Amino acid sequence: MANSDLDVTHVARLARLKLTDAEAQLFQEQLAHVLQYADKLGEVDVSGVEAAAHAIPLFDVFREDEARDWFTPEEALRNAPRQANGLFVVTKVVE
Amino acid sequence: MTPRDLPATTVAELQDLLRRREVSSSEALESLHVRIENIDGGIGAYLSRDYETARKESQNADVNLPLGGVPIAIKDNINVAGQPCTCASRMLRDYRATYDATVIRKLRAAGAVIFGKTNLDEFAMGSSTENSNIRTTLNPWDISRVAGGSSGGSAAAVAADEAFAALGSDTGGSVRQPAGLCGIVGMKPTYGRVSRFGLTAFASSLDQIGPLAKNVRDAALLLNGIAGPDPQDSTSLNQPAPDFTVQLGRDIRGLRVGVAKEHSMDGVDPQVATAVAAAVDHLASLGAEIVDIALPHTDYTVAAYYVLATAEASANLARFDGVRYGHRAEKPHGLLDHYERTRAEGFGPEVKRRIILGTYVLSSGYYDAYYLRAQKIRQLIRGDFARVFQQVDAVVSPTSPVPAFKVGEREADPLQMYLADIFTIPANLTGICGVSVPCGFAEVDGARLPIGLQFLGNALDEARLLQIAFAYEQSTNWHRARPPLAVVPTEANA
Repeated sequence: MANSDLDVTHVARLARLKLTDAEAQLFQEQLAHVLQYADKLGEVDVSGVEAAAHAIPLFDVFREDEARDWFTPEEALRNAPRQANGLFVVTKVVE
Repeated sequence: MTPRDLPATTVAELQDLLRRREVSSSEALESLHVRIENIDGGIGAYLSRDYETARKESQNADVNLPLGGVPIAIKDNINVAGQPCTCASRMLRDYRATYDATVIRKLRAAGAVIFGKTNLDEFAMGSSTENSNIRTTLNPWDISRVAGGSSGGSAAAVAADEAFAALGSDTGGSVRQPAGLCGIVGMKPTYGRVSRFGLTAFASSLDQIGPLAKNVRDAALLLNGIAGPDPQDSTSLNQPAPDFTVQLGRDIRGLRVGVAKEHSMDGVDPQVATAVAAAVDHLASLGAEIVDIALPHTDYTVAAYYVLATAEASANLARFDGVRYGHRAEKPHGLLDHYERTRAEGFGPEVKRRIILGTYVLSSGYYDAYYLRAQKIRQLIRGDFARVFQQVDAVVSPTSPVPAFKVGEREADPLQMYLADIFTIPANLTGICGVSVPCGFAEVDGARLPIGLQFLGNALDEARLLQIAFAYEQSTNWHRARPPLAVVPTEANA
């Protein structure tokens, strides 16, 4: 496992996080250290082992598709950083 | 019972006082109010309180309900309608919950009074509350040290008599470890036993809400109040919850308690190892059969956990985009700048590290080597525990390899912080239940620091796990020890 490949600035961009140069440098060092430790996962023979996505087997749960009381539009908007006319105001997407 | 002494009572004692009408719920709440305002400045257990709303609830409390009139503190990543839910993050600094989490709805139905939200590591990511964006919670046993985390506020509140009991969340030990470091009881129920609806998600396949309390009986009483299936959480188990107090007080003669050879490892503080060995001898003296067991994948637990937990966190925290709620950067130059700066400004360093690590292990080219491989190792660890629970009723170990450390001592080295989760993580990876109870003290630089003993039990076996923990607790005096900051009973003062 080639963790020297870790490019913190690139991955941060994928995760939509702007890092300062100081952060990028610190995280690069710290996370390289963590990944070096995680390389021990490579020591284990996992051939034929099924991946466990969950602690317990999970099944789809269904309910009746019927309307019920939930947030009012006012409640849904209560924490909006910006709102107008009962709508979320978002940053311009198309120039 | 004077109002001054009241905060030192347990939930069971308080219920008794309430039902005999010796104390009212409002008086209990008021006693906490005074206590918190007097000492919390020096501890930092709480992030917000709303006595006004709570007072109204306490006046209408039906003390005959299971938790009738009992004030319960809530970790600030669990939604309580109308209250802040900051997750100790700048991202949610001004957020107010629009609904009650299922555990809150259930606590209210059981008569409990909700009055305050407790500190945590930002988004529950950490083991010391040093990652809280608001403040670090200090340990009531030594205020130069951390309370543990991430539910450090809940643990310190209970230990310092600022709460009768509290709820926390446990993703890798976040209830059990701070309970251990603060000398109280903390329990992680079986995955799916308690609904996570309304808990701000960190790692959805690992998160579970659990009680922090002054003793095992109180923890069982709280678990009774919050457990059970919930149609609003598809991961909640479709199993009716039993009464978790019924097995308390039963003999543990003949029950089998496992000790893993892999748990004798470097990095365990000698005083912790000695206390746990003495606890194992004590369990044998109570008639438990001590069984040597093997957990061969122990050495890979922390690595597998941090790959899986960060991967899930990176996906869960993608919702913080500054659109519908939470922080939004000022005057963004386009959408990408909106996202990047909103998240850069809103998240603290540990959350950023975990999002980056999680994004990396899920990214093309590294997915198989890290994420998929960690899931396979998770399956092997599940296999280890499935075998072990054919041989034993519980596994005993330290909760944390070290007692409470100094504030700032471990902050610079995230990996060292992660490695200290070795004993608690397996319960989250495998979905089983676990509880930490006090088992002694370490003397460090003149401070007397609590040591936690962890019992792990098989999935859905909480009643027996609590039976064993109760038998240990009640035949020792560790849980009666109170930190220097605790309420000193009036008669002892006189």
